[in-house]
Amino acid sequence: MTSVETLSSGPLFGLPLPDLWFGLIFVIFGTFLFLDGFDFGVGVLFATREDAEEREQFLAAIGPFWDGNEVWLVVFGGALFAAFPSVYANLFSRQYLLMFAILGALILRGLAPEMYEQRHDERWQRWWGRAFVGGSLATPLFLGMFTANWLLGSTTLVTLPGVLVGLTVVALTVVDGVAFLRLKTRGDVRADLQSDGYRALAAYLVLVVLSLVGIYLVAPGLRATMRSPLVLGLVVLTLAFAAVYALTTHRDRYYLAFVAAAGLVFGLVAVVATLLHPSIDPAAGLTVEAAVVPTLMLNLMSIGAALLLPLVAVYFVVLYSAFSGPIEAGESY
Amino acid sequence: MVDPVIASRLQFALTTIVHIVFPVVSMGLAPFLVYFTWKDIRTGEPVYEQLRRFWTRIFAVSFVVGTVTGIVLEFEFGTNFAAFSTTAGPLFGGPLAVEGMMAFMLEATFLGVFVFGRERVGDALYMISAVAVGLGTWLSAIWILIANSWMQLPRGYEMVSRNGEQVVHLVDPVAAYLNPRFFWMFVHMQNASVESVSLAMAGLAAYFVFRHHVWDHPVDHVRFWETTLKIAIVGLLLTAPLQVFHGDLYARHVYETQPQKFAAMEAVWETDSYVPEYLIAFPTSVESLLDPRAKEIFGIGIPGGASWLASGGDPQATIRGLEEFEGPQPPVAIVFWSFRIMVALGFWFVTLAFWSGYRWFRGELFEDDLLHKALMGSAPLGVFAVELGWIVTEVGRQPWVIQGVMKTSDGVSPGLSGAEATATLAGFAVVYLGLLTLYGYVIVRIVRAGPPDRADLATAETDPDATGVGADD
Repeated sequence: MTSVETLSSGPLFGLPLPDLWFGLIFVIFGTFLFLDGFDFGVGVLFATREDAEEREQFLAAIGPFWDGNEVWLVVFGGALFAAFPSVYANLFSRQYLLMFAILGALILRGLAPEMYEQRHDERWQRWWGRAFVGGSLATPLFLGMFTANWLLGSTTLVTLPGVLVGLTVVALTVVDGVAFLRLKTRGDVRADLQSDGYRALAAYLVLVVLSLVGIYLVAPGLRATMRSPLVLGLVVLTLAFAAVYALTTHRDRYYLAFVAAAGLVFGLVAVVATLLHPSIDPAAGLTVEAAVVPTLMLNLMSIGAALLLPLVAVYFVVLYSAFSGPIEAGESY
Repeated sequence: MVDPVIASRLQFALTTIVHIVFPVVSMGLAPFLVYFTWKDIRTGEPVYEQLRRFWTRIFAVSFVVGTVTGIVLEFEFGTNFAAFSTTAGPLFGGPLAVEGMMAFMLEATFLGVFVFGRERVGDALYMISAVAVGLGTWLSAIWILIANSWMQLPRGYEMVSRNGEQVVHLVDPVAAYLNPRFFWMFVHMQNASVESVSLAMAGLAAYFVFRHHVWDHPVDHVRFWETTLKIAIVGLLLTAPLQVFHGDLYARHVYETQPQKFAAMEAVWETDSYVPEYLIAFPTSVESLLDPRAKEIFGIGIPGGASWLASGGDPQATIRGLEEFEGPQPPVAIVFWSFRIMVALGFWFVTLAFWSGYRWFRGELFEDDLLHKALMGSAPLGVFAVELGWIVTEVGRQPWVIQGVMKTSDGVSPGLSGAEATATLAGFAVVYLGLLTLYGYVIVRIVRAGPPDRADLATAETDPDATGVGADD
């Protein structure tokens, strides 16, 4: 078939598809971290609230969204598998126990709100509330460790820089969760969240600096890239987003604060991607070019992604506009 | 300490067997939910709102458990079967990625609107979300089965050496992804899902109908359960005969493309003609249970039946026996008995369908207590038959993970230790037991709470209890 021959002969429109797919993988990962991130953040903040009605509102806020948000993780896994199968295989099998810790935490986090709502006796809700908090804390912590191990090519699952990056991601999800909850609540609940936002942002900034210092110290190979204008620019951009977040939180500009939170998430993911590139699996010594699937498959996947991802964006616009604004009386998880 | 190969295989089997229940429920419920939503919007009759809201609750809970168990499966290709993923990934990963983008996304986003958004969106968008959720579940099946069918019948590829490993490269996407096996799997699986859900709905409804009409216990919402029963019987009448019909054609296709699997399904060891089909087979001894051989089976067979099945109508046709194939055989006992029980169940469901249809036609549907009991007892059997069918498909392909290309034992992650694999296997055994218990618990609670009362329906829907606990609870 001529069309198959054309698709096998070279990248579509001569585009640098391997690098575009590398970028796309991290855009998908960032989207996951931003969207499911606020679900995790809501879970962490849940621990700090005692009032049953306030807790109920937190759950109601994420109710329609979290499942769709979590699909971005599935798409991340699928896209990595499709475009860089050996990286997917190496990475997931090398971090075997960590992967299952992530899966266990996700099961707990996904199940807990559903169970919490089943019964209204105190003991039941206390324990499922704890499960919700535990899953919401553990998932970003482990994801951060996974990402750090990936970047540093570490075969040890628990390392100091890994734990620092993990805690950084936890703090980031709380920053994200506060911004989301301030969009979804009213009155005192909304006002009380303001100080949580400041604290989480401060914790994030401290942790992100510690993480970068840790990575600088343990990975001499990355030092040159870390001093490159691109990474320094991203750091400056992160500081700018942090300033916008603090200011908009102070002035109750909820949407802008949410956008700033997105900026912080994508900024961090962009730093990781920049430090990794052109390698994609340092532990196995694989570069993007060496790991990418052959031209035909890459072209087909590119066509698929170009057609489908804009549609997915439409689904999310429909979902988020159907449930825009604070939760209404009577709405529950 | 279990060997990492054995532990990985057991773990994949366990996690798949548990996971598949939830897609079956969501794919099977999807057409019913679309229908209930349509009728609710069009007629405004309270019973359809009750049907929609009750079955949406069940769907939502199943979807949550299906999501969390489904992510596990996607990750396990990498964690436990890294060698398989590296080798097959350049062809096999694509359908999984497209499944996520095309199907799972559609389903998960519109599910939010469908479950939480009745009061937030207009009728048209609400109807669209019902269809989108249903479409999403079925599209998911398409891409997963495209991937699986390639493992059964690999085509459109070449083996290439890359980074020091033999890997599969796609050369002909049409041959690889529009695999003839895919069509059989899709038809058989989707029909089975609707059939399984029809059986579960019918069994549940039969319980309440039985309590009310036969036992004379007061039952709330009798009309709701009667309507559920009737709709479920319609579903069963539409799907049960079809399932047997294309099951027969599918078996023939398996004989043509995977003769070793077919021989295991029939426990035929020596190549023979005029092979009987044992509709009912009894293990007369422990050996015949663990090592069934068609020649020695005690049972009621149709003379020439298996030959007829394999050849498409010729009872004299020759069937290639297992002895013709070199190397290790699939575990014949598991495949043989799973296939037998699945087929027997398929015929039992046809019987149930016609029995119920006949009673309904005669106006005796609510009086036949034996039928009610049969339906109650059969409620979980549809899902059970799906599990058996998948066991035939997957175990029957052994020792291959990709038929004729890669052995399952070669597909396991090379660096995986027995300790790690055993730890996660044990973890899953505990977690999934808990998961199934909780799922059962929630379903029972939903059923006991029953459909929403009339007072709660659309007209009286503003809940004074502000952020209150679940209008739907």
